[in-house]
Parts: sequence; structure tokens; C-alpha cells
Amino acid sequence: MNDVTKATLRKAWMRTTMGLALVSVLYLGIMFAVSGDAYYMQILTLACINIILAVSLNLINGFTGQFSIGHAGFMGVGAYVAAFLTTEFKAPFLLALAVGALAAATVGFLVGMPTLRLRGDYLAIATLGFGEIIRVVIVNLDRVGGSRGYTGIPSITNFTWAFSFAVITIMIIRHFINSTHGRACLAVREDEIAAEAMGVDTTKYKVMAFSIGAGFAGLAGGLFAHLLTFLHPSSFDFLKSVDYLVMVVVGGWGSITGPAAAAVGLTIMNELLRRFAELRMLVYAAMLIGIMLLRPQGLLAGRELALPDKWVEFLIKKLRLGKTKEGRSSDESA
Amino acid sequence: MSLLDVNQVSMHFGGIKAVTDFDLHLVPGELVGLIGPNGAGKTTVFNVITGVYQPTCGAVVLNSGDLSGKKPCRITQAGIARTFQNIRLFGSLSVLDNVKIAYHFHATHGVLASVLHGSKHFAGEEIITKKALELLDIFGLTPRKEEKARNLPYGEQRRLEIARALAARPQLLLLDEPAAGMNTNESRDLVRLIDWIHHEFGLTILLIEHHMDVVMSICRRIVVLDYGRIIAQGTPDEIRANPKVIEAYLGEEVSS
Repeated sequence: MNDVTKATLRKAWMRTTMGLALVSVLYLGIMFAVSGDAYYMQILTLACINIILAVSLNLINGFTGQFSIGHAGFMGVGAYVAAFLTTEFKAPFLLALAVGALAAATVGFLVGMPTLRLRGDYLAIATLGFGEIIRVVIVNLDRVGGSRGYTGIPSITNFTWAFSFAVITIMIIRHFINSTHGRACLAVREDEIAAEAMGVDTTKYKVMAFSIGAGFAGLAGGLFAHLLTFLHPSSFDFLKSVDYLVMVVVGGWGSITGPAAAAVGLTIMNELLRRFAELRMLVYAAMLIGIMLLRPQGLLAGRELALPDKWVEFLIKKLRLGKTKEGRSSDESA
Repeated sequence: MSLLDVNQVSMHFGGIKAVTDFDLHLVPGELVGLIGPNGAGKTTVFNVITGVYQPTCGAVVLNSGDLSGKKPCRITQAGIARTFQNIRLFGSLSVLDNVKIAYHFHATHGVLASVLHGSKHFAGEEIITKKALELLDIFGLTPRKEEKARNLPYGEQRRLEIARALAARPQLLLLDEPAAGMNTNESRDLVRLIDWIHHEFGLTILLIEHHMDVVMSICRRIVVLDYGRIIAQGTPDEIRANPKVIEAYLGEEVSS
């Protein structure tokens, strides 16, 4: 490997390390400030789960340009599969989460294969129909409680679990987007005909983005199930899908940090508005209209809140990384 | 031994016969012009060759490999790249990313390597970036690399499209009206550029163009299409003198 690659590698690792350090500080701060209060912890845990949902939905909608509004359906698949495994078979939590996510990804793949030929509104209607199918199937599955809901799920998810998985999700999707595979997805969004003419297998990348997005929704579902310890089909209906879509729209298409921030903001706001009861949806709607009027592209469309390159390079220099053997190669990369 | 064989291709849309019995054989290294009045079926020929349309009958063969029924991306991967008459760049992506995307299918690192940020990912990405920058340099677009493609001036968008097509490392390049909307100076520069990449990359080029000065100055062979049929082919001088071509472009002489 040549020098330039080493410098790039060093920078990427530095960036990851710094990011993880910041995230750890945030985690410790939250734990220190509110860990005593179960109510706040529950809201923040839910916020982390919503981050996973919003960021994974944006991979499909914002980055690959496919309009899916069945995200809650995939979440439901993951939730019920994971809950079933832990409740009935006493399966380890991580295994149950993994199987739930895999099941959702598989369903995403199966649904994506035929429906991703459709575009725009047609795809939206198809995914909406699919989400309803999932809900109706669950209602009719007596083994998992049917329309009465699924009870007796062990309470395992806490803030630490949800927070860790939110961080992992963001990292994976960020790495995916910043690679040639992510660029292929962006090309599909920008111009499908041109993408195909440039040798990008558009079907493959659409289905891939759809399956990955669905998989993470399934993961979020598994976490959700073991947080509430009770599942009901109505938690995965069309309106829930719209909730996650709103997070993406408010946060900004084609951004990771935008929808993540919006997920946290909207989750907290939803709770704050709870005391206004019937006024809640009114305020919510007014806020959405306001955002659409003032900033229709969302808060951070196509941009990210990231550590500035300068900081990363500064720290590399300060710590004199890479100067031991290859002399000044880290200077050249700057 | 020809690079591309288009054998008796017809393309009908319902009752409209856009292209009928089209035959074309390209020898490696050739630069051939495809001309004809508006609506003659030139772009349809491109769309058939690149797999956007499946021909009603006939076959397209590249390097003795049949391309029928293949998806456009597979045809590009087999070695045919194109530009579009109405520019189709990835508008909100950077100039650099536009070129990088065309390198995509040459990438050696898989999704897993990228997601896990393995060293393969960085090595692979770096090769792509390096090659893309080399191409931008050739096309004088390096100062613009971070700009959004849609914010480039028209002429540069045209050049970027050619750069992007070259990034796919084709054997055959199809240029659909590269000089459209350019003034005389710009199209003269473009002619020089096309001539240069033709030699430098050892490419075979098929060119649709309305600017006759462009076609006449760089193509050694010209095919003329009218109402979906080939009405003439030959050297620029033969084409200039061909009465059928003059008729197609200027209309029949009225004898009074």
C-alpha cells in the first residue's frame, strides 16, 4: 500500500475515534444527568430507536430516491420476530435482534424485487399496501396475540442498548453512503437512465438499499418490542410510517445527521405536547407547515454535521501520528 | 474483424417505424458520423445499441458477443459508453462524483469492505478518485471538481458528460450531439478534443451531430439516415455530393 492510502487510512481512523469519543461523552453526559429518571430515560431510548428508523428510511427515500411509506411494516416484522424468539424460546437478546433484522431485510428484499420497478407515487402506494398487509397478517396471527396484542415480552432494551445500536446504524449507513456503492445509490436517485448508462445496475442497488433500510427498521422493531414489553398491531400501521417519513422530511433528504436530529427533536416534542392533549396534533401540523414554508428541503438536506477536516488533521499533527517511520507523509496529506 | 455489428435492426413503436433495416459495422479505431434530419431515427439507433430499447428485429453484436436482451448497465460493462442529447448529468452531485460513478463497476471492493471500512475500501476508493481526477484534468475541469454538476456552464456540462462516459473505460463511445447548442469557437474546441481522445484512448467513436462542419472535419465515414432508413454512406466528400442527401436536407427541387 502506498503512502497516500496510509494517510487516508489514518485520517479515517482518527475521524472515527474522535467521533466515538464525542459520542461517549454525550452518552456519559446523558447517563449522568437523567439516569435516575425512568420517564426521561424511556423517552431518550425511544428517541434512539427513532434515529435508527429515520436514518434507515432516508437510505431508501433520501439517498436512493425511492419513495417508501411502509417502514413501520418492516419494523413490525423485526419486532414480532425478535419478541417471539425471546418470549417463546428464551433466545439471547442479540440473537433475537439479529434474526428480527434479517427477517425484515428478507421481507424487504422480497417486497423490493417486484415493487421497485415502480416509480414515485406508484411505489409509495405499493409500499403502503405492503405495510397494511403486514399489519393485517399480525392481527390474524393468534400465536402472537393477534389484535389483542402480544404480551409478556421480557424487558431488556435500555438506553445503553438503543444508544449503541443507533451509533452503529449511523456508522454503517455513513460508510455505505461514502463508498462507491453509496454513490451508485445516489446516481439512481439523480437519474436512473444515466446511472444505467454508466454501468450501474440500478435494480441491484435499489433492492440493496431497500433491504438494508428494511433490515435496520427490523432492528429498531426488536429494540422497540423489548422496551415496551407489549406489542400491538396498531404500533405498525400506516400512520407510524408517516411519522418516520416526517422525521426524514424535517431532517432533510439525503442527510444522516439531519433526520437523526429530527428524530430526537420530534420524539421529545411529542412528549412535551402530550400535556396539551387535543391541541397536540394541531401544534405538530402547524410546525410541519411552517417548516415546509420556510425550509422545504428540510434542516440539513444533502449536508451533514460532521467533524471539520481541520480538527481531524490538527489532532493527527498534534499527536504526531505517522511521523515515526515515514517522515512527513502526514503533512503531505493535509 | 469488426468491433460493433448492427445487423438488420428495425425498431417499431406500434405503427411508427422509427428505424428500418439498419446495418452498421464499425472497425476498431474508426470515427464514424451518423447524420440525418430531425426525427430521422438517429437517437433511436443509439438507444437500441445501448439497450434502452429492445429492437423489434435484428441484433447488435459487440466483439462477437450478442447484446440482445441485455440490460443497459451490462452493455456499458461490455464496453459501450454514451452521452445524451439532452444532457443527463447527476445534477446535485459534485463534478468529481459524476466521474467517479462511471468507474463504479470497475471497483474491486465489495459492500462489506466499505461498510466495515477495511483497507480494501480505502485502496479501492483511492484508485477511483485518482482516475477520476486524471480525467477531469484532461477535460480542464479540475478547478470545478467540488462544484455541483448542474451549476456548470453549458459547455462544461457537455465536456463533463464525455469525461464521465470515458470513465467507464469503453471500447466504443457513442456521442449524441456533443456540439449541440455550442457556438463556432466552442464546437471547434470540441472537435479538437474528440479528435484527441479518439487517438489518445484508442477509441472507436460513433457520433451524431447536426453541425456539419464538425462531422465533415473529423469523421472519415458518414452514415446518413432519413425516415429510419440509411440513404447514403461514404466519405465526407461523397456525402456532400450525394443528391439523396441534399434532397433529404434541403427538400426536392421543384421543377417548374
